[in-house]
Amino acid sequence: MTSRTPPKKNNWSWRSQAFRGLIYQVIAIAAIAGVVWFLAHNTLVNMRTRGIQSGFDFLTQPAGFDIGESLYPFDSAQPYWQAFLVGVTNTLRVAVLGIILATLLGTLLGVGRFSRNALVRGVCLSYVEFFRNIPVLLQLLMWYVMLTEVLPAAADAWVVGPFFLSKGGLNFPIPVWGTGQLWAAYGLLPGLLLGWAYRRWSVSQFEATGQPRSMVVLPLMIVLLASVAGWALGGAPTDFNRPVKGDFSIENGGALTPEFLAVLMGLTLYTAAFIAEVVRGGIASVARGQGEAASALGLSQNQEMRLVMLPQALRVIIPPLTNQYLNLTKNSSLAVAIGYPDVVSIANTALNQTGRAVECISLVMLVYLTTSLGTSLLMNWYNSRAAIKER
Amino acid sequence: MNQTTFQPIAARPAPVNTEGPIAWVKNNLLADWKTTFATLLIGGVLLWLVPPLLNWAVIKAVWVPDYDACRAEGVGACWGVIAEKYRIIIFGRYPFDEQWRPLVATVLLTGLLVASCMRMFWKVWLPLLWVVVLGIFFALMYGNTMGLTQVDTDRWGGLPLTILLASLSLVMSFPLALLIALGRRSNLPAIRSFCTIYVELIRGVPLISVLFMASFMFPLFMPPGVKIDVLVRVLVGITLFAAAYSAEVIRGGLQAVPKGQVEAAATLGLSYWQTQRKIVLPQALAMVVPGIMNNFISTFKDTSLVTIVSLYELTGAMSLALNSDANWRPFTIEGYIFIALIYFVFCFSMSRYSHWVETQVNKSKLR
Repeated sequence: MTSRTPPKKNNWSWRSQAFRGLIYQVIAIAAIAGVVWFLAHNTLVNMRTRGIQSGFDFLTQPAGFDIGESLYPFDSAQPYWQAFLVGVTNTLRVAVLGIILATLLGTLLGVGRFSRNALVRGVCLSYVEFFRNIPVLLQLLMWYVMLTEVLPAAADAWVVGPFFLSKGGLNFPIPVWGTGQLWAAYGLLPGLLLGWAYRRWSVSQFEATGQPRSMVVLPLMIVLLASVAGWALGGAPTDFNRPVKGDFSIENGGALTPEFLAVLMGLTLYTAAFIAEVVRGGIASVARGQGEAASALGLSQNQEMRLVMLPQALRVIIPPLTNQYLNLTKNSSLAVAIGYPDVVSIANTALNQTGRAVECISLVMLVYLTTSLGTSLLMNWYNSRAAIKER
Repeated sequence: MNQTTFQPIAARPAPVNTEGPIAWVKNNLLADWKTTFATLLIGGVLLWLVPPLLNWAVIKAVWVPDYDACRAEGVGACWGVIAEKYRIIIFGRYPFDEQWRPLVATVLLTGLLVASCMRMFWKVWLPLLWVVVLGIFFALMYGNTMGLTQVDTDRWGGLPLTILLASLSLVMSFPLALLIALGRRSNLPAIRSFCTIYVELIRGVPLISVLFMASFMFPLFMPPGVKIDVLVRVLVGITLFAAAYSAEVIRGGLQAVPKGQVEAAATLGLSYWQTQRKIVLPQALAMVVPGIMNNFISTFKDTSLVTIVSLYELTGAMSLALNSDANWRPFTIEGYIFIALIYFVFCFSMSRYSHWVETQVNKSKLR
């Protein structure tokens, strides 16, 4: 019997996999480079023939348009890059608030699906099915119409305590910034440090002795107490800048425009439906025996949820939850449809004024890419901490 | 030993009723004080909310297209606006006398979509049928053949446009997504990194910026003299966008195929493409149907964004119908509710279907 020796490995033969792989990759790179060159070349030719200027130098020119709302003062004489900055802060403001509110509401709705009460289950289910099957743009438009047409004019606004709700938006009292508040902030810092130190100590005590100690409530109380002490040291100011009803509008106090409210409500209510599904899926994914084992060990229902169910559910919940956060941030770009000055809407105005489509659109994409990649990096880091430690 | 007489022990009480409506209410609504409290609270809120809503939407509503009646004091919703404007809302700016054409075309396309969801139609000729039906769709909508007058794409609108954008981008993005998903798992570094960059780039930006690109930048990309219709540009934008999301879903399915399957195929001497076609894809694709369906639902909802780049699909057509007519403009809410219902019917039935497919797929795993 003659044993056949395997054929000699010839790396650069036409039939070797490595060589063919190399050829494929060279072809792919050449094709992509060709397409990119073709598009870039066309763009340059088109720009030259149409006399379109290019470059980012317009960013330092005065913007020449006003922005309805911004976190810091902006007027039309300021340059474009500051206008973009206002847009970015507006986007982040609505996105961050929306993420917090949607997480709270979504978690409640998701946990509610496991309630023993059929009415609670039914309400949660119908909420989810209703809100996630209607386009978010339509929901934004509907909220905007309701806020600007159904609500009364500012002269006879709805008043609930110090809050005013009218076509002009929501007005609310804000504390007057003074030394007292500054002292409260000073108190907050040592409070945070102390609370953190206490929590560490009580965790180590619990692990050493098995005696349960307060790990959440007491540290929080320490933080609260320290800031209240700081506030009292600063003279305990209770001045509020309260809104008052003027002839045509409501003056003083803090205000949220109807545009902002519509975007915030639309995004929050829509995303909460998706988050509820994520949370429900996460809890449902924990094996039933886990909960039964926890009660067999004598854990209370609260402990069972906190120590056994949630840590395991979180592993399943976090990756899709990140996606929902990113979706909310990206969906905030729809604000352009109702005139909330987010970054897309500012870029759109700048595009119409300067005609620099390529630059404006790339700036918008850059902003969203940075936030998206930043958020996913952050959540990946958290996820790697929450993931099962495998060998 | 004395004689014992038989003495029966006392009968046990009848078992507590665990079935039937009364037991259900007891278990689900009034189990303990917490549940009872929640029942009372939610029941109270519902009692407070539902009657006024019903009053507004049904009892006091105006159903005839008469805007003076709608403006009277104390009337509820004005559904007359739908009766008056439904043709524009559903068909957009399509010429009024020719609106049977989009109707037939939409019914055909929707029928095909429904048929594609049924297992018995998953045959080799289904893609061919898609090509034929899409051909008929365009012939009907665009006209200029068989005695039909020509209707340019800028007059297309309403529900036909929504369904066209959603289904065409799904069909066109699928092969692209398949290639990208395979590319992301390939062991050729250049191809893998290109596919990864593409997916991450597209998923990192909102659809609206892709649409802006399609409508403002795309004309600059083309060689001088080449003009591409705005509908096609937007369609390309949505397709490229949807492909990135579908690619991720398909990649998930590919990852779920056990490695032993590929190794077994290699042992049998199958080539890369044979392995993918005969072993990996049939298993992976069966698993990704619900995910693809979910993507289709989001694309269907996302088509509402094209109204921002001035294509009048369902949402845009609604605004168009009411904004052009000062008499009816105050009843925008009713218009929005009407199209929200249309979207809801489509999306809800699709999500039920996707749910059903999921249970079917899981059933085969439970054996």
